[in-house]
Amino acid sequence: MVFRGICLVGVIAAGSLFAAEPAQLPSDVLSKAIRSDAITIPTPGELFAAMTKPGKIDWPSQYRAAVPMTYSNRAQIALNLGGLIADGFVAVEAHDTQQVKNTGADILKLAKALGVSQNILGRGNSINEFAENNDWDALQEELEATQNEVKASMRSHQDQDLIILVSLGGWIRGTQVVTAAVEKNYTERNAKVLRQPALVNYIRSKINDISPELRNEMLVKDISDQLSEIEKMVSFPKNAAPSLEDVHKLNTTVTKLIEEIQSKTS
Amino acid sequence: MKRIGFYIALLALTFAVAFAESDSEVNARKTALDLAGAFTNDGFKIRDGHWSGSLKPNEPTLIAVNLYAGNQYWFAAAADNEGKKVGVKIYDESGNQVTVENYDEGERAAAGFSPENSGQYFVSVSLLEGEPGSVCLVCSYK
Repeated sequence: MVFRGICLVGVIAAGSLFAAEPAQLPSDVLSKAIRSDAITIPTPGELFAAMTKPGKIDWPSQYRAAVPMTYSNRAQIALNLGGLIADGFVAVEAHDTQQVKNTGADILKLAKALGVSQNILGRGNSINEFAENNDWDALQEELEATQNEVKASMRSHQDQDLIILVSLGGWIRGTQVVTAAVEKNYTERNAKVLRQPALVNYIRSKINDISPELRNEMLVKDISDQLSEIEKMVSFPKNAAPSLEDVHKLNTTVTKLIEEIQSKTS
Repeated sequence: MKRIGFYIALLALTFAVAFAESDSEVNARKTALDLAGAFTNDGFKIRDGHWSGSLKPNEPTLIAVNLYAGNQYWFAAAADNEGKKVGVKIYDESGNQVTVENYDEGERAAAGFSPENSGQYFVSVSLLEGEPGSVCLVCSYK
């Protein structure tokens, strides 16, 4: 643990000071824990940050062709919006000013198509400004804030059901990027980052909570049906790593989903 | 530059929440962000999402988070005003308490660790002393 450099004035206390709670919590207590989109689902940027530790990743090789901006289906727009935000994090990791600006512009176009608040439009200027100044840390925060502002706007416009689709689109695209990067330069340490059974289970449960009309749309239904299989793929034991073949299978599965999500015929 | 980004975020968030949350919630969030801001000096990024809620003394609340092996995390929690004492503990997906580095300063506290495995963890936030009130939890990572 490397926390020594943190500048804090205060008392470093041992965890044992708080004796009111037991050292182990029973499963019924864990099952009642609070889960929310804002705190339970990490952003693609957090996933990519974990990937950068063991070695240099060739982030530009993970770019994809531009996504169409003319979808009419709101669920498809929300899923693609999440995917584009993940693309923004890839561009930030690549320190690619132009790619960040292009992706930022596309994010705003899709956000406008969903009728989100005008406040979000100011984010475009900030993204461009931070990109021009190569302020990558600020850009990462700005992308995360943009995603949360889109979700807040959806909430205030009674579009709550679309929020989980933005998170899902981002998770699928993030997983596609990471599995492709792991495949290119396989190490057990890198592959271990893919273990996220509870996260996929949570997303599945949220999809089950959305309105039947939206849940039964062909695209949402197809993705939802495949999430149970994906949950199994990311449910390997603690301290174990998926094999190169396992990573390839997961990449193939999420790549098919991305193709379906960005297809104009969906 | 990191500090500038943090202060812009703090200002924007404070204004944003001011319209939707009570003064008590805004105070707790501001204090939690202030504590989390100290970690940005060491390269930590603050997650834009947070948890806010009302707690009674010694009735901890448990929040599920999904973390990635390879990252380092700090969970910073704060109560709405001074004179209170907040505690933060981390449990793994089996419910076992994780060894963490604790920072404890009255109405604000933090727990930091580097998960060995990716997956679900649980953050327990407690109001150890003081009257019932708002508490906010913020996550930072690098």
